[in-house]
Amino acid sequence: MAQAAPRVVVVGGGFAGASAARALKREDPRLAVALIEPNAHYTACPLSNAVIAGLRDMKAQHFGYAGLEREGIVHVPQAAARVEAERREVILADGTPIGYDRLIVAPGIELRFDALPGYDAAAVELLPHAWKAGEQTLLLRRQLEAMEDGGLVVISVPANPFRCPPGPYERASLIANYLQRHKPRSKVLILDRKDAFSKQRLFEAGWTALYPGMIEWVGESSGGGVTEVDAATRTLRTEFGEHRAAVANVIPPQRAGAIAAVAGIADATGWCPVDPVTFESRLVPNIHVIGDAAIGGAMPKSAFTANAQAKVCAGAVVALLRGEKPGEPKLINTCYSLLAPDYGISIAGVYSPRDDLLAEVEGAGGTSPLDAPPAVRAEEAVYGEAWFDTITAEAFG
Amino acid sequence: MIYRLHLLLPALWLFMAMAPAEAAPPRGAASCSGCHPRTPGNGPVPSLNGKPAEDIVSQMAAFRSGERRSTVMTRIAKGFTDEETRALAEYFASGGNAPAKPPAQPPAQP
Repeated sequence: MAQAAPRVVVVGGGFAGASAARALKREDPRLAVALIEPNAHYTACPLSNAVIAGLRDMKAQHFGYAGLEREGIVHVPQAAARVEAERREVILADGTPIGYDRLIVAPGIELRFDALPGYDAAAVELLPHAWKAGEQTLLLRRQLEAMEDGGLVVISVPANPFRCPPGPYERASLIANYLQRHKPRSKVLILDRKDAFSKQRLFEAGWTALYPGMIEWVGESSGGGVTEVDAATRTLRTEFGEHRAAVANVIPPQRAGAIAAVAGIADATGWCPVDPVTFESRLVPNIHVIGDAAIGGAMPKSAFTANAQAKVCAGAVVALLRGEKPGEPKLINTCYSLLAPDYGISIAGVYSPRDDLLAEVEGAGGTSPLDAPPAVRAEEAVYGEAWFDTITAEAFG
Repeated sequence: MIYRLHLLLPALWLFMAMAPAEAAPPRGAASCSGCHPRTPGNGPVPSLNGKPAEDIVSQMAAFRSGERRSTVMTRIAKGFTDEETRALAEYFASGGNAPAKPPAQPPAQP
């Protein structure tokens, strides 16, 4: 008589969690795999900036869990309320315990409403963050559509680390694209909590070429750091002054999704330190953390990273359940950004464990060439969309 | 409650309980399918599964040297040693991560 199948529970049905659940089943079809996710479908963030700019339908961002269920994964449509680590149980919102041999936590991010004075759960209705795709994405789009020509769109960007490092700058680009087509006297102002950003030279060159005079970026040391917001008047204050916006997109500081703190796997930074080989939590045994919630080296918080980590983590979990030693992994990240529908740029990196962290492999990675003809930018735009199709099929089936 | 029962009842998984454990894919292989589809499609990025190992090795060398232009592969190929590239090439040549043929239908659940 065979023994009961090992049970692996995955919390969170985004790119990381869905990819992990599927990878577990592929690695070992005997495993009992449950995905705890309260939503009936996931709304993908990559390409959601194109939705904001009116270039893409929101429905193209929705992915359900039927593909996972066909593979024998049990989708539990509830939130995880807490984790009883010693008993190896996840307690659902309705009190039901689900036992596990190994737990994979992939809760994504939680927006911090304690970090930027004036920006709280109520303010998001006036100053959308749109940093979790969904209703917020559509709210920002509606605000842009309702804005009069000549209005100032302000985007407030947090310090590192945060979800999708190039995302704010892609957003500025595609909002400018919308404004250029519909409200050409308007401008975009980016107020930034840091002095350098991902693919900066490529973005700046693209802005000069595509949207001359329309996008202004102000870094931290030039007074870009937003210290306070007033939602009612759409005012953003910095150490150097204040800006009244017609539309304000406030991307606040972030931390790992709420269950991470409840489960005791987040440290004082708010993120979850992990082992770079197994993605097992440094703080609680038998719990693994992947995707945006995890920290432990140089990998940026992207959907590609989440999917790559999920597959490595699933392999490690299967090995550990068999009493084997997981192999040293090597992971890739690739991230395309759109500056216009036919203008894409990219960054890529290769990572492997070094000094207990995931470090960049030297000599590899980097960004698109700075001096490339339009055909290369157009090609990268096509590849970016193809990547979206592949990664969503990879995560959700 | 139904979810918990489902997890505790191993019946669904028992029918495959004797399946052999497969060797882990080579270092780095898991990331490739972030862009390279497991089955051939209409997109610009080819599926690697079933490609001849020699082709993968030579293309990776061409990406690394810059002889072949690409979007991201020139930057990614530089992150893999000859030995790792060879292991990846043999893995994909012998089927790689192509979806498994559908298994025999599990018994219907009561």
